[in-house]
Amino acid sequence: MANIQVDARGLNCPMPIVKTAQAIKTVASGDTVEVLATDAGSVKDFAAWAKTTGNPMVEQTTDGGVFRFVLRKK
Amino acid sequence: MTVAEAPVPVIEPEPAVEAEPETRQQGIAIICYSGELEKTWAAMILASTSASLGMTTKVFVTFWGLQTFVRDGRRVTGQNWMQKMLSIMSRPGIKHRKLSKMNFLGMGPWMMFKLAKQYGVSSPAELLEVAEMMGVEFVPCQMTMDMFGLTREDLLPGMGEPVGAASYLADVANGLSPIFI
Repeated sequence: MANIQVDARGLNCPMPIVKTAQAIKTVASGDTVEVLATDAGSVKDFAAWAKTTGNPMVEQTTDGGVFRFVLRKK
Repeated sequence: MTVAEAPVPVIEPEPAVEAEPETRQQGIAIICYSGELEKTWAAMILASTSASLGMTTKVFVTFWGLQTFVRDGRRVTGQNWMQKMLSIMSRPGIKHRKLSKMNFLGMGPWMMFKLAKQYGVSSPAELLEVAEMMGVEFVPCQMTMDMFGLTREDLLPGMGEPVGAASYLADVANGLSPIFI
């Protein structure tokens, strides 16, 4: 179970990333953030975000057009 | 005493001034030059995303771009008639940007905002708010402020101290990637 959830469904670039960046600031190191997004570009964007910020992506699933990412704060 | 007998002044070499060692930064330095809607949009997207990636982000606002960062209530700005005329002909503020193509007296931007809403795209004004919240630094160009007759009171409250080109280039020399929009 993620510590915090970001519902970015219906939002387009760059808001899913922005909201996630804001959310991860509120959790402690080692905690996770679960993101739900419908933006098709977010798959590559979240991989890039995880790599650049150093907060690893620990889970990634797709369910009928909804992308789910779980990121752990470094 | 003739000129030839005058003692030759000894010029002491001045100690070399060492440049302050600054740590190199990772991030972007955007020049927000255009006041057009689509380019303002691009600048705000990059600024907010860059901050989200944890990168140092600075936006230098100059020329037509400065019109974008005038407070919403300000309708006529400037001291002389030419500066005032400029602001009347092109309404300042981030909510009054025009498209470079197909503006059609405001029909173009109206459709653009309608489409943006439909597809969940945040407006430049919303992105600006987010960018400021995420710590993006917005810096106005002093020269443009002088030329357009703008005061700091005319500009959005979040804007930093006005600077010149050298400050921007110092940031680039310091490691920030330059982006001109």
